Amino acid sequence: MSGRRLRVDPVACDAFGHCAELVPELVGLDEWGYPVVEDRACRPHEVGSAELAVKSCPRRALFMEAVAEPDSPPSRRAGGLRPPGSTATGGLRRVTQRR
Amino acid sequence: MTTVEAPPAAARLLKGLDEVGRRHDLAAHQAVHGPLPLPDRRDRSFADRLIRAVADAGLSGRGGAGFPTAAKLEWIRRQRRRPVLAVNACEGEPASRKDHTLAAGAPHLVLDGAELVARAMGAAGVSVCIRRADQRAAGSLTAAVAEREASGLVSTEVAVRQPPEGYITGEESALTHWLDGGDARPTFRPNRPAVLRSHGRPTLVSNAETLAHVALIARHGPAWFRSVGTAEAPGTTLVTVSGAVRAPGVREITLGLGLDEVLAAAGAEAWGAVLLGGYGGTWLGPEARGTALSPTALAARGASLGAGVVVALGAGSCGLAETARLAAYMGEESAGQCGPCVFGLPAIAGDLRELAFGRPTGTTVERLWTRCAAVERRGACHHPDGVARMVRSALGAFADDLHRHLSAGPCPAAAAAPTVLAFPGPTGERPWR
Repeated sequence: MSGRRLRVDPVACDAFGHCAELVPELVGLDEWGYPVVEDRACRPHEVGSAELAVKSCPRRALFMEAVAEPDSPPSRRAGGLRPPGSTATGGLRRVTQRR
Repeated sequence: MTTVEAPPAAARLLKGLDEVGRRHDLAAHQAVHGPLPLPDRRDRSFADRLIRAVADAGLSGRGGAGFPTAAKLEWIRRQRRRPVLAVNACEGEPASRKDHTLAAGAPHLVLDGAELVARAMGAAGVSVCIRRADQRAAGSLTAAVAEREASGLVSTEVAVRQPPEGYITGEESALTHWLDGGDARPTFRPNRPAVLRSHGRPTLVSNAETLAHVALIARHGPAWFRSVGTAEAPGTTLVTVSGAVRAPGVREITLGLGLDEVLAAAGAEAWGAVLLGGYGGTWLGPEARGTALSPTALAARGASLGAGVVVALGAGSCGLAETARLAAYMGEESAGQCGPCVFGLPAIAGDLRELAFGRPTGTTVERLWTRCAAVERRGACHHPDGVARMVRSALGAFADDLHRHLSAGPCPAAAAAPTVLAFPGPTGERPWR
């Protein structure tokens, strides 16, 4: 299983809140009006509205990110050493798409 | 987890520095630690050997995150461009003095480590970063760099740089951004591990103490490094003990030492709680007294050694009052970029103020828990995560105080208590450059 996930850049975000209106199934707002995005891949029927949310954000703070299960080919490293943070991704291997 | 036999004072990094205010110049440094084994310029296997030695030693970063140093070096080495090295001695933690102690007293040990790593990585430059307000350490480092240049010990340009003051300005992405000409504020890194860059170059940010350990591992080997400490957490580490102790200060301890032994060595008497790691660390109650200072034993208590901060709270102090002041300070020290941090931390501090000094109800406590969850993992850096962790641990460690405050309002200690935790003065509108 692989898919795409909606993410927010918290530095860019200015709490316009359009995302929560466009994709309430994926985005809620906290008590200060900032988006809380579901930590999961979009379901097929949600992809269209997630992409619309990305396009509509006045601060361009939203983006889609590819998520893959850890079983997909990991990048093998010589010496058995892992890069920083590679153990702390909660089993998800994250690859950010170029924008 | 067994505690090692080693005494509380295990001078490796601090060898020869027992006298307060002492500083090792290059000659004194070499007399104490011996000459630095530097590779021949054509030695292509040096990087492999250094990284292997650091890996075998089991050295982990001493800046707070505790990531394995060898893996970080390997990760930077695999980048296409030549990297630059940032030696991080900024030490934004107000209760930490270890990096200052090293920079002021043993600058050559830190610079030895930097030189080794710079040569192994083929670094295009080294920035030694020290707080602006710490002129003593900055002067010590600047003098040490000049001495090394005169002795032909440097292979690349080494510059002492002084980023602006602040709790967060030494965070690795903030520091890198500042070195790149931007604000000393954290940057959003969507995909981890992220390679930090300044002037287009991969930037290896390494804590000053970590590099000092590298300098000793290169001299004495990984087996020597592992000869103290535990198998899981080998070697020594610097801690800064403060608060309700008779002899506050920086101490070098073997990892795995019991928390109570560290406190006893600093002359703590009846302590009610300890703040461990840093201001975004964990409050531990007296039931944690026997806990070994090692990652696994601490993780079982939801804690970590962090930057080595140990603040003892006397039995007569009000933990809720301390936590309220601490949370307010951490809110003020937000970089002001991410909504959940900008609004969440002051809200959390407000709830704590009500718990400590007002007439709180159960709703206040519930709201506080909710807000801790609401700020967690929602910033560009881990600043809000640290606050959430610290506040949650306080509600556990000070559960008895909490019940008293809920039933009877502020305790006398909350009303009268002098602050055990130290806070730098208000910075207000701060320069980020």
